[in-house]
Amino acid sequence: MDTADLLPLAVAVPLLGAAVVAVAGRWLPRPGRDALATACAAADVGCLALLWARTDPDGRAVSWLGGWRPRGGHGVGIVLVADRLGSGLALLAAVLVLAVLCYAWRYFDEPSGEHGGMFPGLLLLFQAGMCGFALTGDLFDAFVFFELMGAVAYALTGYRIEDPRPLQGALAFGLVNSAAAYLSLLGIGLLYARTGELGMAQIGAALDERAAAGHGRDALVVVAFVLVLAGPLVKAATAPFHFWLPDAHAVAPSPVCMLLSGVMVELGVYGVARIHRVVFAGAGGLPDAAVRDTLLAAGVLTALVGAVMCWQQRHLKRMLAFSTVGHVGLFLVGTALLTPAGLAGSAVYVAGHAGAKAALFGLTGVLLDRYGSVDEHGLHGRARELRLPGALFALGALALAGLPPFGTGLGKAVAEEAAGRELGWLPAVFVLVSALTGGAVLRAGLRVFGGVGSPPKEHPEVAATTGEGEEPEIRGPGRRLPAPMIAVPAALLAGCLAVGLAPGVGRALAAAAAAFTDRTGYLADTLGGTAPAATPAPDTDWTASGILLGLLSAALAAAFATAAVRRDPRRGTGALHRATVLPLRRLHSGLLGDYVAWLAVGLAALLVALVAQL
Amino acid sequence: MTVLPYLVAGWILLAGLYGLVTSRNLVQAVGCLAVAQSSTYVLLLAVGYRRDATAPVFSDLPTDAPVVDPVVQALALTDIVVGATVTALLLSLVIQLRKRHGTVDPEELTGLRG
Amino acid sequence: MSRTTRLRLFLTAAAVLAAAVLAAALIVAAEQLPGFGGARHPYGERAVAAGLARQSANIVSAVNFDQRGFDTLGEESILFGSVLGAGMLLRLARDEHKRRPAAEPVLPTTRLFGATLLPLTLLTGGYLVAHGQLSPGGGFQGGVVLTTALHLAYVAADYRVLKRIRPLAVLDVTDAIAAGSYAALGLIGLAQGAGYLANTLPLGTFNALSSSGLVAVINAAVGVEVGSAVVVLLAHFLDQAVEVTPRRRNR
Repeated sequence: MDTADLLPLAVAVPLLGAAVVAVAGRWLPRPGRDALATACAAADVGCLALLWARTDPDGRAVSWLGGWRPRGGHGVGIVLVADRLGSGLALLAAVLVLAVLCYAWRYFDEPSGEHGGMFPGLLLLFQAGMCGFALTGDLFDAFVFFELMGAVAYALTGYRIEDPRPLQGALAFGLVNSAAAYLSLLGIGLLYARTGELGMAQIGAALDERAAAGHGRDALVVVAFVLVLAGPLVKAATAPFHFWLPDAHAVAPSPVCMLLSGVMVELGVYGVARIHRVVFAGAGGLPDAAVRDTLLAAGVLTALVGAVMCWQQRHLKRMLAFSTVGHVGLFLVGTALLTPAGLAGSAVYVAGHAGAKAALFGLTGVLLDRYGSVDEHGLHGRARELRLPGALFALGALALAGLPPFGTGLGKAVAEEAAGRELGWLPAVFVLVSALTGGAVLRAGLRVFGGVGSPPKEHPEVAATTGEGEEPEIRGPGRRLPAPMIAVPAALLAGCLAVGLAPGVGRALAAAAAAFTDRTGYLADTLGGTAPAATPAPDTDWTASGILLGLLSAALAAAFATAAVRRDPRRGTGALHRATVLPLRRLHSGLLGDYVAWLAVGLAALLVALVAQL
Repeated sequence: MTVLPYLVAGWILLAGLYGLVTSRNLVQAVGCLAVAQSSTYVLLLAVGYRRDATAPVFSDLPTDAPVVDPVVQALALTDIVVGATVTALLLSLVIQLRKRHGTVDPEELTGLRG
Repeated sequence: MSRTTRLRLFLTAAAVLAAAVLAAALIVAAEQLPGFGGARHPYGERAVAAGLARQSANIVSAVNFDQRGFDTLGEESILFGSVLGAGMLLRLARDEHKRRPAAEPVLPTTRLFGATLLPLTLLTGGYLVAHGQLSPGGGFQGGVVLTTALHLAYVAADYRVLKRIRPLAVLDVTDAIAAGSYAALGLIGLAQGAGYLANTLPLGTFNALSSSGLVAVINAAVGVEVGSAVVVLLAHFLDQAVEVTPRRRNR
């Protein structure tokens, strides 16, 4: 089979699988359904692994759907383009879907009968949506698959219908994300009006032609840029578009959280990078400096907000969700440098983070399964009996903090170094955000699994989301802990470790990042033409400074965590805390109107920032 | 005035967003999302419009007749189906929320904050 | 003035500011679009030429089901996903049960109206699906009209009659099979080496019912999917309105 044929196949396999599971699930018993869905997910993993293996490290596989090849750079069809970063992200999504299906084998209280195939069917559709979004080279097609993964994710988030909070979180998620998707579509409409094209490469080439013909850069391109990026930026939970994420991730079923935090949010960053690079990075787009400064500022803001809010949480899933916000901010910083090294760092970081974060959500699912609570204070010391999950949880927290040799540590080190070459203080942000998020999770682990310190006293000065009174996700009290619920998080953590230890992974992702930033190569491979030799791949090996900074952030995380659990519970909060952190917490009001207002404010700020730099 | 259709699209978008910000009823909020979305139909169809041209269906037309842009019509059709299905999903969330929470006022949903 | 009100005020002000900036930007953008109604539509002209070359009279269908068929595959998957999702979200909660719908009185004129319109609407829907590649209409539009026909029974009679003429389980399975068959139809082209979703079927003669090859087949699959999906989707909602009641009064 042709390599190019693997691209549509990678989307078609989960789509077909979803239909088969939905039909067969009505009659098959639970193990049969699970086996069927797992087989479909495994087939997709195989398909994408083959695609990854067959793509040149610095090349692309291009598939014109329906055989509609362009003539003279113009065509009528949709193109799928896979460089190794795109197919790698699709592969990561496929692996996580497979892990989630295995994790949910014995975990989930799924309805049966006519509803039997729905949950696994939706997971497979989710995989198809993520895969299509990662592989497409067409802007409108990207919108369609963006909405596919969105719509399925809203439904999965609201899965626990007996509890009002998941419904509320899913609704905020749906309304904000879909509104942003329609803004993107408006931007696509503007670009279509200007260029008469829908493919990313075609639009980019047409904008460049206009610029070559002497038409200057104008407001339309800026407005289109901001509108088109609204969708991926909201999906990537960039501040101030991030409010939906903690609400949705805190309440979704644990297996779904593993996917949302592990890979869906990161696909937003990928979308930003891809669309900017192919469509807007040429002469007819926006100047690199303006885009870099704007996105860097957004990334730093997101990282800091996520880290500070993460430290404040007691609801474990909400804590992990805010840690995702913080880390996605760091991924955006790495990507916004617009250099192969920064992108390579982000890519390694994403791969490592997916393993660590999914493992942590999986272990939180164990707590929910045993104790019906995910509240750090309420669970104080209650999980002492769970030795192995406790150890894994602590390891996951240290991985989040960037401890070498975890993949997160390597990604952080590479991105940090690239960022430090741009702005000297950026590595401090990386260290602080890793230490705060890792420290918060470690603190929760020490309290819940270790019973260290005395139970914290309540500070009712700000309304907080507690993790008590959760609807349990399963109904089988007193049963033994199912093996996949420990095995899958352990395997995911091992994957995170492998990303850092196996030198091949880092090097492959570095070459992939170099190919990703090679815009002329992308246009030439898609539309025909020749491209100059590709840029050399950046270095992604461990360095002494990287290891030291990783150890520093892990040590800081441990220090924060121990200080927090040893802190006298009767002590109140300081003036600085009251002046900065409390207002920030109040901004996270849970109110839909606020979130949409922030969406408008953020777009306006992006517009102003970009126009001011032109 | 040739910018009017584009201005209408912008106006509809802002009206929809305003509705989302101020809404006191979730069913209405989902409706406002649909309003914001309809701005995309207006923009797409306005972009594809061509004076003195007819619909791009040639069953009773000579094949060289001027027609409006069929691509934006196809995009609008896809967009409509996407919008309708997303609306259905969001409304089913609202139905369950009404049953569990006893309200459809988004200002009263304060279970997730801080 | 409490802190919350102040926050709300601030947000409102910020939203107004944002709206102003957005509006200004959109106006600027509007001024620079190519003139409204202009003759320059490069993609559109290519699409018309490509559609006519494949014997499609309805170019919108040719774009939807052939040239940009992958978009439509994604969109049909969203429809399929929202049927699955709505079914999952609107399932019977542990504290709910279904009651039998009651017979409802209907005016004789309404009954007559429904009885007359039902066959007409079915015919229109079938026509729209079947002629999707020729005349305005197609799988989506026809599918929705077919669904409307079925639901005339609810308007002209009552929910019990609708339930009798609506084989929900069959439609649910049909929906999934139709959605899967779209993805599967794409494999024909792949197997023949022409690319996924390639239109490799015989193209027929222009303006005949069997023209335009794969477009007609996918159009029919979409008609079946939309028809069954919308019935199932509406059934979930109607069940909530008519049948589902809490076991005990809670709250």
